[in-house]
Parts: sequence; structure tokens; C-alpha cells
Amino acid sequence: MNRSGFLSFLSSLLVIVIGLLFGLIVLIVSNAEQAFPAARTIATFGFSSMRRVGDVMLHGTPIILTGLSVAFAFKTGLFNIGASGQFMFGGFVAIYIGVEATFLPPWLRILTCIVAAALAGAIWGAIPGLLKAYRNVHEVISSIMTNYIGMFIVVYLIQSFVFDQGRGTSTRLPTESTLPRLGFQNIFREPFFATYRESHVNLGIVLAIAIAILVYVILEKTTFGYELKACGFNPDAAKYAGINQKRSIVFSMMISGALAGTAGALNFMVDTGLSMGVVETLAMEGFTGISVAFLGMNHPIGIIFSGLFVSYIKLGGAQLQPHFSIEMVETVLAIIIYFCAFVFVVKSMLGRGLSKFGRKDKQEGGGAV
Amino acid sequence: MYIIEMRNITKEFPGIIANDNITLQLKKNEIHALLGENGAGKSTLMSVLFGLYKQEKGSIFKNEEEVFITGPGDANRLGIGMVHQHFKLVHNFTVLENIVLGVETTKSGVLQMKEAREKVLALSKRYGFDIDIDKEIRHISVGMQQRVEILKMLYRDNEILIFDEPTAVLTPQEIEALMKTMKDMAAEGKSILFITHKLDEIKQVADRCSVLRKGKMIGTVDVAETSKEEMSEMMVGRKVVLSLDKAEANIGDTILKVRNLCQKGKADKSGKDRLKNISFDVKAGEILCVAGIEGNGQTDLVYALTGLEEFDSGEIEMEGKDISRAKIRKRTEMGIAHIPEDRHKHGLVLDYTLAYNTILQTYYANFQKTGFLKKQTILDYAKRLIERFDIRSGQGEITSTRAMSGGNQQKVILAREIDRDPKLLIAVQPTRGLDVGAIEYIHKQLLAQRDSGKAVLLVSLELEEVMNVSDRILVMYEGEIVADVDPKHVTFQELGLYMSGAKRDEVSVDAAHVKGDEVTVE
Repeated sequence: MNRSGFLSFLSSLLVIVIGLLFGLIVLIVSNAEQAFPAARTIATFGFSSMRRVGDVMLHGTPIILTGLSVAFAFKTGLFNIGASGQFMFGGFVAIYIGVEATFLPPWLRILTCIVAAALAGAIWGAIPGLLKAYRNVHEVISSIMTNYIGMFIVVYLIQSFVFDQGRGTSTRLPTESTLPRLGFQNIFREPFFATYRESHVNLGIVLAIAIAILVYVILEKTTFGYELKACGFNPDAAKYAGINQKRSIVFSMMISGALAGTAGALNFMVDTGLSMGVVETLAMEGFTGISVAFLGMNHPIGIIFSGLFVSYIKLGGAQLQPHFSIEMVETVLAIIIYFCAFVFVVKSMLGRGLSKFGRKDKQEGGGAV
Repeated sequence: MYIIEMRNITKEFPGIIANDNITLQLKKNEIHALLGENGAGKSTLMSVLFGLYKQEKGSIFKNEEEVFITGPGDANRLGIGMVHQHFKLVHNFTVLENIVLGVETTKSGVLQMKEAREKVLALSKRYGFDIDIDKEIRHISVGMQQRVEILKMLYRDNEILIFDEPTAVLTPQEIEALMKTMKDMAAEGKSILFITHKLDEIKQVADRCSVLRKGKMIGTVDVAETSKEEMSEMMVGRKVVLSLDKAEANIGDTILKVRNLCQKGKADKSGKDRLKNISFDVKAGEILCVAGIEGNGQTDLVYALTGLEEFDSGEIEMEGKDISRAKIRKRTEMGIAHIPEDRHKHGLVLDYTLAYNTILQTYYANFQKTGFLKKQTILDYAKRLIERFDIRSGQGEITSTRAMSGGNQQKVILAREIDRDPKLLIAVQPTRGLDVGAIEYIHKQLLAQRDSGKAVLLVSLELEEVMNVSDRILVMYEGEIVADVDPKHVTFQELGLYMSGAKRDEVSVDAAHVKGDEVTVE
């Protein structure tokens, strides 16, 4: 591993440790007696059985994709804070098609759901992109707004088209419209009396990993990625090189939106009975994506792992009730997860510290520099 | 007895020792030059003296007494003043307001300007500064702004005056005046530290000269007893040829034709026109130089020619084809190469490797297959350029350009632009901030381009460069071309007069090809 890669890895680990320590302090303050068992639960629960390992992957799927969404925009110099709205649009479109398009054979229906969700996310992402490119509106401002606009539109659309009166949420997807489990249920399960309790992990995680690799290839191996990154690193030089920045900005936001939209589809196309509520809150997956992206150092492959890690912590945290109130649990998780966003600060501090150390070493060794 | 003595100063930055055990002694009443290439550590040393940086080792003495300078406030109390390379003035304050800023006299919270006004007027008169102290900074020239900076030091009764490259932005006439002021001030009892890399100026005013190279003190010499060649050798560490071998120009067809280029001023600035009726030709085999003081429209002209910015009216033709509204990529493909003024802003993607920077305008042509970058081809290409242009870097073609020295970064751009085999090379201040060796190299490359039949448009602020390299000189003043002269028949002084707007010629170009109209530029 080269020096920068090593530093990235080290600082990612370090922010995790710092985050866990801070989380522990909050746990101690709120319930000293239960703090250490709780910390143990957070740290080990995800590995407590194969079923849990599967669950970590299941819940990791959407946040890997929102993480990729944020990272893709970030690599091209844009901060897509609108992943939440794009995620909800994608989720709605997938549910709508999954419920209504029963005339399509299941595999085609599933494919249509995912592609349409990606398109919906891309369209919703294109709005801040277009505003940035042609009207110089900062994408953070406009994508915050599209989050709220998107959320309200989606709530309205659910109530109008796929509303289940009895449950007060979106209509439940028929099982044929959910992602196939590919036999994972036979691996990721735990014994429960005479039978098994299975994880619902499915095709989604495979797609998420494949998409991460695809994003890596686009960014690192293609002329398209070369252009996008040039725009992100130095827009003036990109202009000088004759690269069409406006086009790059719009494309970048569309791809970012498509990734978040896909996250929405994969999140809801599960056979656990999960459905979209009509409450007026933004989808957290979009914001968690920011932490996932940062913790993974905006590297597509790093994001697979950071997404799984965040999912792991969340799963453990969810077991802390009844000893801790749900608010406390959320606070602790938020501390751990959002500490991850400090990873770049830690990396630069680490970089400075190490180079100082290295130089002293050399001087003491008497070597010429 | 030294008024200021810096003993064994060491200052480190991550990865570099900017000052390595440097001892500098300033006598009272002397003008002491600090000579060195860019990056030699001159500015760092002065920043330590001025309290902007804290040294790791070493100490500072004033009149044999150790002093501790932790900030510009301390420096000021010790009577140390500094004219920075980039002036620190408030643009919408008047001259007088700028001078008293920070040391205002107040009476129950109300400003008392009367005494200050008298003192400033007296100082201004004593040194023959012809300055209107009630004008706002933004309405006075750069030379005047520098005088405001000098008055600031004098108003604070500073006795040790530091000048950081004060002549870089001045015309020859203004430089003359500054030199005289410096001598006057030394005669009045001030001690002056003068940072520069121009040997002529040192010869003209300095008593002694300390030379820095790569963070180390090479030595302090008596200026009167040391030749320019000796000083430049101390500075560079080897013998330097101060003049260029230049063959006669072999001028060919017109490559670039510019007619009546106009660009209105921006509303947020003074509103003056940025380009006024600019017309000229650049021919194959010649180096045409655009001279002028910074900010007289050169940047706007280059942006218009390269397509970085649109202009209001006029035409640009490249080999007879109208490119006035052509996109940047189109112009690049038609054979315009551009070494930009700011290599970090336009010239390089610093986060990309050296290899990736060499394909900035050609990645989509020779270096891809069905949208995928051909990595090996790119690396091989970069290797070839590294060899041909002697680009030095830590890890060869995979070095991050951010980690390279300024001179080698500039070589990457030069290599990229020249290797594209352009018809017109637009080089904007290609030697800015480079050391003598790199400057020599770049000049040779520009001449080689000329000799191989390329048209070269060189935009430069350095008069020496203008006179040495060019075959023809255009002088820009306030967005207009005020002179079209032959370097063999013009003196530095004359150029200075043109550059400061004191003199202007009728400049006309042959306009037979432009719609048959007579075009005369005033």
C-alpha cells in the first residue's frame, strides 16, 4: 500500500476508535451501570450469528449506495446533500412499479423497478446540477431544497397512488417484486427452536458491490472520469483544457442522483414488509451516506467497507433498549457515525505528524536529505 | 555594532528547511540587500524578523540585546516595518486613513486626524512624494500605493525598513524614484533590508549584500567590490550566462490576426474598458512580446485569444479562419498552445499525476480507446516528455504534480504545449517565480520554437525578458496598444515611458484583409 493509502486506512480506523470512545462516554453518563455491556453489544452484535452478518449486509446495501452517490459528486467537486430526496424518489418509483406493473414477468419487473428508480434519482439530481451549471446556484442550497420538495411530493404520490389505508403506509410489495434472496437465507441464518431465523439479505448487496466497482472503473479508468475529476480538482484547469464543465456538472449530479435513487429501490425492494411511510421526515440514508462516503475516503471500494461498518454499528445500537432510551441510542450512534466525517481532518493531522517524525528519524540517522 | 542581528536562525516547514542556521547582520544606516532565487528562503527569513513565523532555533538581537518577536505588533514596537510584496492596504480608505490605521489617535473615542495629517504631509514633503493623501487607494497607481506603504512605516517612526521585492510591480521611472527614496531614508538614519533577485538594483543602491541559496547563507559581500557575475554565481551556485544567443528571425506568414478587439469593463471594478480596439498580427517565426505593467489588459487579451473569456467585439483569425467565437477545444485543435499566467490555476490539475497532466488537452484523442484511458500509452508518453525536457520529480511520471517544484511544474506545461506541435504558442509570464537556471531553459525553448517556424506571443512584465527574447514589442497601457517597437531600437527608459502612459505612438496595422476597411488604432 502506498503512503497515502496507508494514511487513509489508519485515519479511518482512528476516527472509528475516537467515535466509539465518545459514544462510550455518553453511554456512561446516561446509564453508568449498563454502559460497558452496551458498548460490548454495539461492538459484537453484528457478528453474534450468521443471521446478523446477513443483516449487516442487508442494511448496509442502501447506505453503500448513498455513500457512493455522495462520493461520486464529491470526486467531481460537488457536495450532493440531496441524496435523501433522490433516495425517496427512487424508493417511490420502485414501489409504484413493483405494485402496479404486475403484467411484467418478475425478473423484468425487478429490473424495471431498479432502472426506473435510478432514472428518477437522476432526474431529481439533475435539478441542482442544472441550477449550478447554468445559474451558479450552490448545489448545497438547492439540493437541501430538493430534499424537502422531493419528500413532500413523494408523500403526496404515495397517498395518491400506492396507499394502504389499513397500515397508513405505502402498499406492501408483492414478493415477486422484491429482490431474490439467491439462497443467502440458507447461509445467513440462526437456529431458532426446531427451525431457523433467516436474514433477508438479497441480491441488493451483490448489486451494491458491483455498482461500487463500476463507479471505481468509471472514475479511474475512463476519459469520462478523467474529465469529471479534472473539473472537481481544478475547474479552471478543466476549462483551460477545453472540457465542458457545465455538462460535467450536470452529468455528475445525475449519476450521483441515480446512485441514490438505486439505493432507494434496493432499500424498499425487500420481502420484510418494509414500506414507505407518509411521515414528513427526510430519509436518513441520504445523510448517513455522507459519513459513509467520508469514512471510506470517497473511494468506491472503501465505501463498501465503511457502509458495512456503519450498518454493523447501527444494528448493535438497536439492541440497547430497554436499558437506554431510543433517543440516547440514536445520539450515541450519531456520535459514532458523524465522527467518521472528521476523517479528513484526522488524516491531514496524521500526515503532518508522521512527516515530522520521519524527518527527525532521518536527521538522527545522519543521512543526507 | 549591529542594529539588527539574526543569529543562527533555523525555520522548518513540513518536508523542507526554509532557513538553515542563517546569520544576518544589519548595520545602522546601511542598505542591505538580501539576494536569492525564489524559494531560497528570503521571505521566510524576513517573516521571522517581522514576527509572522516563529523560528525553531536561533535568536534575534537589536542593538546587542536579545529581543523576542511574536507578531507584527512586537516588530512595530521595536521599530521594524515592512513593505510586503502584495500591499496590505484598505482599498476604499483614503491614503491618510490607511497610514494611521492601527495607530489612530483618539479623544474620548473620536478620531483625531489633524495631527496625523500634518505629520503625514511633512513626511511626504521631506521625501518628495507627490501624493494626494485624501484620495482613495483604489484610485491611485501601484507606484503611489507603494509610497503609502513607505509612509506607513515612516509614520510609525520605524527605523528598520524591510522591502520585499519592491520593484516587481514598478516602471523603470518609478524604480528610479524608489531607489532615490531608499538612499534618502538611509541617509536620514534608517536601516534598510531590501529583498530582491535583481542584480542591477543591488548594484545601484545597496551597501552590502547577503546571498541565500536553498535555505543556506552563502555569504555577505561588499557590493562595491563584487561584480554582478560573482553575485549571480553565489545565488545560483554555478556560472550563469546572462545573455542569450539569438539568431535573426526568419519571419513567415501571418498566423494570428487580431482586429479591433474590445472588452468592456466589469461593473464591479472601475468600469474602465479592459480592451480598447486591439489590433495586431503574429507571424510565423517571430516572438512578439506584449509588455506592460500588470493589470493593463494583458490578461484580458490572453483570455480573449485563448477563449477563456468571451469579448465584446472585434475579430480573431487563426490562419485566415475566424475563431472569434470558437470554443477553447476548437482553438487548441487548430494549433494554439497556451502557457498560462497562473500555472496552478489554469495550467495544472495539481491532484493529478505528472503523466495525467501531460494529456490535459489530448486525453480524448490519442490516449483512449472506446472511452477507456490507455494507461501504458500515457505513461510512455510522459516518460518521453520527462526525458526530452529534463523534468525532474520524485517519482517520475507518477509523481503528484503538487509535490513538484515550480520550475519543474512549469516544464510539464511547457513540454505539453510544445509537444503538441502548435502553430501559435501563447506564453504568459512563463518564467514567473522561476530560478535563473529554469528561466534560461524556458527562454531557449521559446527561441527554439521561433526558429522552427512557430509564431510565439510572449506576455511578460519583466523588461529584461522583453528586451532579450522578443523580435517585436507591443506595449499595453490601460487596455490599449500604445507602442509597436523593435527591441533593437528602443531603450528601457522609453519602454518605461510607454508602460506608464507617459508616451504613446500611433500604432497601425495593415488592415487590407479586414473587410477592406482601413483600420487604424490610436
